[in-house]
Amino acid sequence: MAGDAKPRLAVFKLASCDGCQLQMLNLEDELLDIAGKVEICYFLEARSQILDGPYDVALVEGSVTTEHDVERVRDIRRNSQMLITIGACASAGGIQALRNMQDVDEYTRSIYANPSYIHTLSQSTPVAAHVTVDFAINGCPISRQQLLEVLTSLLIGRAPQLPTYSVCVECKRKGNVCVLVSRGIACIGPITQAGCGALCPGFNRGCFGCYGPMESANPDSLCHRLAMRGIRRAEILRLLNGFTGWAEEFRSAAEKLEKTSP
Amino acid sequence: MVGSTAPRVSATAILPKPALQRVLDNLCQSGFQLIGPTVRDGAVILDAIRNISELPIGWTLEQKAGSSHLLRTHSTDYFGCPVGPHSWKRYLFPPHFDLLTAHRNSHGWTFEPARDDSPPFAFIGVRSCDLHAISIQDDVFVNGAVSDPHYARRRERAFILAVNCNTAASTCFCTSMKTGPRVLSGFDLALTELPESFVIEIGSEAGSNVLAGVDWQPASAFDLGRVTQIMQRTERQIQRQVTTSDLPQLLYDRIDHPYWDAIAARCLSCANCTLVCPTCFCSTVEDHSDLTGTNTKRTRAWDSCFILDFSHVHGGNSRPTVKSRFRQWMTHKLGAWIDQFGRSGCVGCGRCIAWCPVEIDITEELSTLRSQGAR
Repeated sequence: MAGDAKPRLAVFKLASCDGCQLQMLNLEDELLDIAGKVEICYFLEARSQILDGPYDVALVEGSVTTEHDVERVRDIRRNSQMLITIGACASAGGIQALRNMQDVDEYTRSIYANPSYIHTLSQSTPVAAHVTVDFAINGCPISRQQLLEVLTSLLIGRAPQLPTYSVCVECKRKGNVCVLVSRGIACIGPITQAGCGALCPGFNRGCFGCYGPMESANPDSLCHRLAMRGIRRAEILRLLNGFTGWAEEFRSAAEKLEKTSP
Repeated sequence: MVGSTAPRVSATAILPKPALQRVLDNLCQSGFQLIGPTVRDGAVILDAIRNISELPIGWTLEQKAGSSHLLRTHSTDYFGCPVGPHSWKRYLFPPHFDLLTAHRNSHGWTFEPARDDSPPFAFIGVRSCDLHAISIQDDVFVNGAVSDPHYARRRERAFILAVNCNTAASTCFCTSMKTGPRVLSGFDLALTELPESFVIEIGSEAGSNVLAGVDWQPASAFDLGRVTQIMQRTERQIQRQVTTSDLPQLLYDRIDHPYWDAIAARCLSCANCTLVCPTCFCSTVEDHSDLTGTNTKRTRAWDSCFILDFSHVHGGNSRPTVKSRFRQWMTHKLGAWIDQFGRSGCVGCGRCIAWCPVEIDITEELSTLRSQGAR
């Protein structure tokens, strides 16, 4: 980000709920500082003004679910020096990737009065399945602190410090009692990347993996142990097939689990 | 003997159980923040307490690899519950600790060390395994060539009210590690819990002082006999045995053993074992700068050899596989620690066994490695 001109920032949305963009607006104490440091060229969630590219940094929310999305994401890539995905949809395909394992035409016919108006791809896929992604911020929604950390590191020119370890590390640092060990609650925190501050286990429920697989995740071992503890296969699959279920590690573990007896 | 006089150091006194409240009150009045075991979220944890009613009275633990459940008992013991997932390192070596802040101005940078405003802690109910763990962390943080001032400050000011362990969990193996169950040194006061009273050994001047005004009597030979009986009962309770005579060489001889692959297939590298371990001391230091680039805060946080980034150095990662990281942890804990610090890094508290989500049992893995022979 060298030079005198302010870096040009664009925030795009594909198939998503807008929650990750809202996290940027939720940076209430820092938003004015950010607006002073970068030129916000495209951010329809916040302002109607549109400035053409090229952009220094593009933040992309949402997954690719239509032909139009495919074109848009290629266009964004061509126009952006750095492309950063924000959230589980853009980084892993999102909850809408549940349809990837089903017949989309059948869904369309049963839900829409005029299915002929619907032009959609058979799968919901992460941005990285279509173009090169420079950095991914995970989570559903993303943590605004992580977003701030990434923007700060870009402005200063240092490496962003985002954890790649398990949610367990955050639980133990906070002093949370492990819900799996103490109460047998199904939790995939031991294979999920930290970043949420161990939010769910802090409220006595299991982690459902919205930050996606941690580095060196070992889902097969955890799934095996959860099953040995008497947790039903459907329950384990529900956790794996959630907000980041299309991520490679979770998907392949779920596929293996599907082949075992319920 | 009741009243203003206090028993002298190394004497042994006996007091009715409710009189412990007076001891806690005296500590509070002396400015200590009391930290003790208490029941929360289905486990016994360590937290700020003020009253004996907050202790886990009438609770015990049913524990095995990968599971830890609180159970109600008819016992009225204050300290009958074995150790939970927390250890005293939370307070001496906190999970997050601010080290300094730096500000950029027209002349360059100014650095300001962070102030540790924590009050002195009084640790209530430290079992022998954990007392040894504190002593092991003393080796790491203050007894070496360089002393960590943050640890040292908290440690010097801490008051230790130890307890002779009267209930062991099935995961306990302090007798093998020679770390318990009886408290021998390193305390201000050491309690042994009898049904209606506490036998108290006075370990320091500070320990003697907090007994001023407390309803105590000198302990009789009969009382001391009961203490011995309780300790023998606890020792018999500890079924788990670990052979240590062939350490550390046993592990060095198996550095390339294929069995590490079998463990790695189960290990999640989630780091739970190291974070519940009362002796694991690794940390990471991070700088957090603000958007303007003029203010930055440096913090220290618990880290773990199971975390990939931990072994990332210039040019690559020295432990890229889970196998290499598990091997590092176990070989260091039970083996190389002896070469490094002159004693084992394991105190036999069993936390890593109970709190492993996939039931990896360090004592079983050691036996398996032993039975497989050198490779």
